[in-house]
Amino acid sequence: MSTPIISFQDYGFQYTAQAEPTLHHINLDIYPGEKVLIAGASGSGKSTIGNCINGLIPFAYPGTKTGRLLVDGREADAGSIFELSQTVGTVLQDTDGQFIGLTVGEDIAFAAENDCVPQDEMKQTVNKVAELVDIGHHLEYAPHELSGGQKQRVSLAGVMVEEVKVLLFDEPLANLDPAAGRTTIELIDMVHRRTGAAVIIIEHRLEDVLWRSMDRIVLMEEGRIVADLPTAKLLAGNLLREHGIREPLYLTALRYAGVGIEEAMHPEHVDSLILTEEQKEKVRDWYRGQRIGTGPGREAEELLRVEKLEFGYMPGKRTLQDVNFTIYKGEMVSIVGRNGAGKSTLAKLICGFEQPVLGDIYMEGRSLTGDTIKERAARIGYVMQNPNQMISKPMIWDEVEMALVQSGMPEKERKERVEETLKICGLYPFRNWPVSALSFGQKKRVTIASILVQRPQVIILDEPTAGQDYHHYTEIMEFLKSLNEQGYTILMITHDMHLMLEYTPRAIVFSEGRMLADTTAAHVLNDPELVRAANLKETSLYTLSAACGIEEPQAFTECFIGYEQKEER
Amino acid sequence: MAKAAILSYIKRDSFVHELTGTTKLVFFIAWSVASMVTYDTRVLFCMLLFSVVIFKASRIRLRDISFVLGLAAVFLLMNNLFVYLFAPEYGVEIYGSRTVLVSIAGPYTITLQQLFYHLNMTMKVICVVPVALLFIACTNPSEFAASLANIGVSYRIGYSVSLALRYIPDVQREYHNISQAQQARGIDLSGKDKLFTRMKNSVAILLPLILSSLNRIETVSNAMELRGFGKKPKRTWYSLRRMQKKDWFVLAFALAVLVIDLVVTFWDGNRFYNPF
Repeated sequence: MSTPIISFQDYGFQYTAQAEPTLHHINLDIYPGEKVLIAGASGSGKSTIGNCINGLIPFAYPGTKTGRLLVDGREADAGSIFELSQTVGTVLQDTDGQFIGLTVGEDIAFAAENDCVPQDEMKQTVNKVAELVDIGHHLEYAPHELSGGQKQRVSLAGVMVEEVKVLLFDEPLANLDPAAGRTTIELIDMVHRRTGAAVIIIEHRLEDVLWRSMDRIVLMEEGRIVADLPTAKLLAGNLLREHGIREPLYLTALRYAGVGIEEAMHPEHVDSLILTEEQKEKVRDWYRGQRIGTGPGREAEELLRVEKLEFGYMPGKRTLQDVNFTIYKGEMVSIVGRNGAGKSTLAKLICGFEQPVLGDIYMEGRSLTGDTIKERAARIGYVMQNPNQMISKPMIWDEVEMALVQSGMPEKERKERVEETLKICGLYPFRNWPVSALSFGQKKRVTIASILVQRPQVIILDEPTAGQDYHHYTEIMEFLKSLNEQGYTILMITHDMHLMLEYTPRAIVFSEGRMLADTTAAHVLNDPELVRAANLKETSLYTLSAACGIEEPQAFTECFIGYEQKEER
Repeated sequence: MAKAAILSYIKRDSFVHELTGTTKLVFFIAWSVASMVTYDTRVLFCMLLFSVVIFKASRIRLRDISFVLGLAAVFLLMNNLFVYLFAPEYGVEIYGSRTVLVSIAGPYTITLQQLFYHLNMTMKVICVVPVALLFIACTNPSEFAASLANIGVSYRIGYSVSLALRYIPDVQREYHNISQAQQARGIDLSGKDKLFTRMKNSVAILLPLILSSLNRIETVSNAMELRGFGKKPKRTWYSLRRMQKKDWFVLAFALAVLVIDLVVTFWDGNRFYNPF
């Protein structure tokens, strides 16, 4: 085989600001034209590996290294970050943050500008690359006029102007809705075939990445490589589950049904999966043996009712139109739909941040019109996506107490309430800690606690699990589930299909400001029409059940979720 | 969200917009120098008229920039006030005659000469402000950096300035979101509370805003470095437009204004036009 384009040789790295090394004894060779997925839980060191390859380590984040890292035959830290950037093109996770230019054309040209390419030649290159990633008709667009998926295309085009040998993607799916994520993976695959560059994807959403085939998966945990195997071989084993990565749903379903996964079955993709008649029978048997759990009945008490709601930021342009639904006490509901479908606007209207143009919102039968933000906040809590945007006190206790201090509650009562809330949220042991000492997931809890302390009846969460690995995802969601079981009604804005399936029996689907459906989560994902309109994605369970000759894919999905919940308890 | 940014690029179709950024920058500098140098009322009056004409030509509406105009007006007023407080007889000194209109108290009298001096001072500011605002409102921020670089400013500085301008709307949006969420936790900024409480409350919004802005800066600077920003002493510009006939015409006009301004102002050896 040829010489590797990237070669880690017994490599270790420690950030200057940290007490322990982040990477230990890494040995990894990546060859020209390969397609490699680096997977691992948060804090496993997978992003650090990426930063070593593109030169952010050590040029932007200093530290000490051991061993060697060769990129295209040269020591990575011998030259400069600029030299490396001519070999390695990096697409970062944050599609907004890395958009530097003011227009698409300008952003794609950025690297060429820095290289002093003459303007005429630059325009030609930009046009060519933009055509390649299919963004050629949008060269004059500003970033806020683009969807997340389109921004991702621009980022990709921006690194391709340099004709790099390695394309590195750092969590490319984190901010995308399911359909846009799927398109991104297709795009990366197409660019890989056209350019022949090596592709490295760092991601924990394994099933989504595997929508197109990958040559190898490198699995990381606690700064070490625990597996470096061809995709099929890794999927056949139990390594993923052991190391906190969620395996593709169809494989989990097969395991539940007692079908062993083997390399020869081609488990890389649900469409390539080869099942014997006997194995299919096993899946059918398992399905027949399950009872479909029923969701909570609708005879429950009405809590929140939205009636004929309409809203627009500009006259004549409606962000929301004719929205009607009722939320019952004790429900846990997903609000789904593509970016810009009006989900967040709906939350803002319910909280009173914006006023509807038409229609009304009722709480326990009483209209909320005329209630101030503060008055509504006593009954409706709103948790923003990014905890860093909410936390404004350095200490956990103060942060949770803030709303009570503002409302003028006496100190003794306040103390009791805060203590109780911290206990509910599992933060009581940390009550005297500074917020900065917490992990992202724990900060999220603090923000939920700071809302919960006002004892609202409904909590609305915006993307509660965005960017979280499976472990933190489970932690946050189990916590929310326990709150729900204690009687809190929970609304979640999300585009995480797993979340919707697993935790919320009911889903409300939005598209372009209109409500498309209000039905069970399993039904949403098994209705191809709805899936397309709302930019969602069918689950692989749908395909699997079809392949096994099961006629009710929706029931199969529900059955799977029910089984999974039983297993976890 | 739908609110306009405090001061940012406003896209319109106009003669002023069509000019290259470099032309507008040079024009702005020449215009400022011309109005700073002179106290000649006749010259200032002509320039003032012309400022209004340019403003009309730009098709920027007054309400687009009303906030900044208000701010400028406040500063102008304060400036006038302090000049009067500290030097109530400055006009008399300059124009060499004294026509008392009203006597207030002590050394403070209102003289015709002082009023005339204030008029000139105010006109100077009014000449420059629209042109300065137009430079920012009518120049595409990306071209803005290119035009600074074109007249010899380091592109790093130019680019930082244009990035800062570009992020103003983003930061405003974020401020809006954070403040809504904080209001839901009982933080009131509506003005019912005492000033001190309000200041304390605004920290609750500023802290998260600053932290998230720092995050944003880290991402952008990483993204820029990864794509070779600062690699070479010079860089080229995708959005730089070539100078056209009208650009040269405007530049010639700016130069002419400056020369005429200097000639008229210093013809009699004095920066001031003395009608008294």
